[in-house]
Amino acid sequence: MTASRKSMGLHLGVLVVLAALFFILPPYHTGNMARIMVLAIYAMGYNFLFGYTGLLSLGHALFFAAGMYGFGMTVTQLGLPVPVAFAFGILAAAVVSLVIGLLALRTSGVAFMIVTLMFAQAGYLTILYFGEYTRGDEGFVIKQAQRTVAGIDLTSEAGRYGAAFILFAICFLLLARLVQSPFGRTLIAIRENEERTRMLGYDATRLKLQAIVVSGAVSGMGGATYALLFGYVGATFATVQYSIFPLLWVLLGGAGTTVGPLIGVLFMFYLIDISSSYTDAYMLIAGVVLVLLTMFAPQGLAGELRKRVMPWLP
Amino acid sequence: MSNGKTNKSTINRRSALIGMGASVGAMAASGSFGFASAQSVAPIKIGFQKHATGIGAAYGRWYDTTTQAATKRINDMGGINGRPVELVIEDDGTDPKRGAEVVEKFATQHNCDVAFGTLFSHVVFGSAPRAGELKLPYFVVSEGHHVASGKLNRYTLQPGITDVKSQVQSMAPFVGDTLGKKVTMIYPDFAFGHDHRDFFSDAIEAQGGEVVAKIAIPPTETTFTRYFPSIPRETEVVYHVMVGPAVLTFVKELGEFFGPSRPEIFGFIDSLEAVDINSPGLEFLEGTYFWEGNPRHAQADQTSHDKAFRAAVGVDDRGASLADSKDVSTYAHMFGCWETLNIIKRGMEAADYQGPADRSRLIEAVEAMTDMPASDDHPQGPKRFNGKTHQTFGQQYISQVKDGKLVCVHTASIEDGLYEDEVDYTTQSF
Amino acid sequence: MEFGPHLMLASLEGAVIASILALTAMGLSIVFGVMRVVNVAHGEFFMLGAVIAWWVASHVGGHAAFGFLAALIIAPLFVGAMAAGVDRLILKRIEYDPDRTIVGTIGVLYIIQQTTLMTFGPDARPVEAPFNTRLALPWFEWGENGFAMFWPWGLSTTSYKLFVIVAAAVILLALWMLITRTKLGLIMRATQQDSETAQAFGVPVGRVYSWVFGLGAGLAAIGAVLVVPIQQAHYLMGHDPLLLSFIVVIIGGLGSLPGTVIAAFLIGMSDGIISVFFSPTLAKIFATLLVAMVLVFRPQGLMGRRAP
Repeated sequence: MTASRKSMGLHLGVLVVLAALFFILPPYHTGNMARIMVLAIYAMGYNFLFGYTGLLSLGHALFFAAGMYGFGMTVTQLGLPVPVAFAFGILAAAVVSLVIGLLALRTSGVAFMIVTLMFAQAGYLTILYFGEYTRGDEGFVIKQAQRTVAGIDLTSEAGRYGAAFILFAICFLLLARLVQSPFGRTLIAIRENEERTRMLGYDATRLKLQAIVVSGAVSGMGGATYALLFGYVGATFATVQYSIFPLLWVLLGGAGTTVGPLIGVLFMFYLIDISSSYTDAYMLIAGVVLVLLTMFAPQGLAGELRKRVMPWLP
Repeated sequence: MSNGKTNKSTINRRSALIGMGASVGAMAASGSFGFASAQSVAPIKIGFQKHATGIGAAYGRWYDTTTQAATKRINDMGGINGRPVELVIEDDGTDPKRGAEVVEKFATQHNCDVAFGTLFSHVVFGSAPRAGELKLPYFVVSEGHHVASGKLNRYTLQPGITDVKSQVQSMAPFVGDTLGKKVTMIYPDFAFGHDHRDFFSDAIEAQGGEVVAKIAIPPTETTFTRYFPSIPRETEVVYHVMVGPAVLTFVKELGEFFGPSRPEIFGFIDSLEAVDINSPGLEFLEGTYFWEGNPRHAQADQTSHDKAFRAAVGVDDRGASLADSKDVSTYAHMFGCWETLNIIKRGMEAADYQGPADRSRLIEAVEAMTDMPASDDHPQGPKRFNGKTHQTFGQQYISQVKDGKLVCVHTASIEDGLYEDEVDYTTQSF
Repeated sequence: MEFGPHLMLASLEGAVIASILALTAMGLSIVFGVMRVVNVAHGEFFMLGAVIAWWVASHVGGHAAFGFLAALIIAPLFVGAMAAGVDRLILKRIEYDPDRTIVGTIGVLYIIQQTTLMTFGPDARPVEAPFNTRLALPWFEWGENGFAMFWPWGLSTTSYKLFVIVAAAVILLALWMLITRTKLGLIMRATQQDSETAQAFGVPVGRVYSWVFGLGAGLAAIGAVLVVPIQQAHYLMGHDPLLLSFIVVIIGGLGSLPGTVIAAFLIGMSDGIISVFFSPTLAKIFATLLVAMVLVFRPQGLMGRRAP
């Protein structure tokens, strides 16, 4: 079996398992899985920039929030139909990431981290500043009635899981394809050696900008999906913490692997959820596990898999 | 607790069970009602959403203490409908995302009968949609205007604590008549602060006063002095409200800024909740005024209800822990947990609540409630619940600092805090 | 308040913030410069410094100054030793790999934060300043009667705040001497420039790393001890110092100590001064964007050299 076939099999396999889980798991865990898939969309968006292009951003919460507010505010305040508002959310995130990209790409390395961090911080404060419209930190609720698409109630367990699954699957397959396309391979080349890629005649800055926009749009889609499925929009999602989460998920799951983000989110979610049912000190456990993981699985979970048993893992 | 909780909570639960056992024994001996005589002794599970970590942890700890005490009292008195009450405690991390997850966990994992708790309004906003979708009655103790504003849903209620709109509105007459007409407001630049700004501006104008400056402080701020020069010289009253760990710095720096020539100062006790009023640097507060949801320091005319409440929760006459006099409680807010649990109990009894199928009947039973006199169930004072807006209204207190003690100088009546209904949740379907 | 006094007050406040920030950021800068790792737990070392200061001060009797002085010595030593332990136990074993260090130090952050929450509790606790007199400040103006001095309403600072500025300056100067004038400093600089060559010349690079990591954390702790009579010890207080020092280090130029100090003052002061002109949150937005723009147009930082 060729690598690309194996990879195709793997991706379809993951999706089949995710679809089947809905029928197997008890309701609490299907609820969690829906949430995990939504957050995994965000993580995949992040991974595209960090794992494949090699740009470490600390400002992705801004893109997540752009999608979230872009969708949430147009659907509640302008009364746009859900699909239009959803598309608007993604567009908003793409535009924001384009602007940030144009500025931030003048820098690289740690300076890139800081510039993205600061723009995101300014974005967070802007949400608070326009509290009259955004309701600041408190945020706002999207009513159940406004969360229906084509007659399907997305607030029902099946509707939510289905929507999360479909949107996750689209991003999952598209991104898996994209990283194996010439565009994706050039990005990997930039990650490995930018100078050489430039010398081969590629416009690295332009490609990186495109990567930021793709990454930002997917992250924004994660934000819009969260608002759509869980009915809440708030400034907390624009804080630094929510910029660090995807980095953590991706590093844990395995940067530069297509399944890594999902694994990372899944791992982190259940790490907190399970340990918190045994002790109040669950962050302590989470901390110890992170330390151990980085000591013994330096490539992240999927990265270790790739290194040890599945070298073809995309 | 169910499904394994902290060691600490397990001990608490064990001791609660021992207490329950003792009381059941006593009741059986006296031949009266008790769990033993009930059809089903499966506990009624109340999911308690706790700010155990994050910015709200200081509140969470005292909400926990109060909730445990109220639960113990209910169980000592025979539980609800003859069934013991069991608390299921989950940390919401003072985060709206985790808050929503915890509500789901209560509904689908722990099979709780109702969810309860939480102060910070963004957590309420994040959690309420899930509670509504899962048809889980969600009783909040948040003092936000979210419930009464109509933004939430029929499953979310706030029966145990007055909302900020009502609190603020009932303060305006006293501020305008006694302290001065020209007010400068200092508040955090997020929704909670904006509620203060908007509701108070309207209310003070109705009193013939005006807000001469509005200073919104960014929520990440840790030092404040540089914002104080924006206070106009003509200011007669400074109105302040702050939340979060930096509150003590804020109040200290306010004192340092004014030095000997301060205007009247009126603050919401939120600015000093869980902080000792006699901390170094707070001497200038002598003579200033505070809103208090419930007077922290026992007053001369202390009711027997307040006395019993303090004893049950374990705080002294200065609102500090009996174990450590430096450990000051969040006294102005935590009574809400106590009162809410008692309302849940009465609601369940009125609805003859048997299980999750009766949840909508429970909501209707609570919606039917109106006046609640001051009692051991309601130690803060009488309440008037509005079933349409799902919001309760109670007396508010204004205290002045005299010799390092908060002395109540004015009690705003329930009527002072009433406003027109903004929603009628009873018209919404379940 | 009139414009002049307002500006003066904002500058004074900015200077206090900048002093603390300079100390904290210097700690991060040294670690970053020598070891090339991002220490996400740096803010937690800061927080620990404050918490230990509270603990020490509440156990030392007598005048508040004794407790404060004891804290000023004990807190940095303890925090430094702990950081050195973290270096030995974790960072060394992950070979100072940049990505793994991020995950590892996030883990350390969680551990420190949760442990503090469980022992110290969630409340903000004050430490009494050794001395704290309110000093009203005068202002001068050319009026109708010529040059006049008056005491504007609210224009004041405290003796302790002035002390913080002086203390920070003294400590930074001492650090500068340590790095430029002593053998220890020479070893540090050698390791920073080329750790492999330094190793070949017999520099115990591993031990230097531990020392440097401890020193960096100790500086953060000193900053915290100085700030805790103004603010309070709280288990979440490490968040802002981390972000700000991080920003300061990069703006200043990686590995440039003077750059770090300049950037700390740029950021501390701009925050204060911009707040004179705009409403607080808007001022914060502008200050943040301004600093970001510095980096956009000078990616190597103020004093940094162009990356090779």
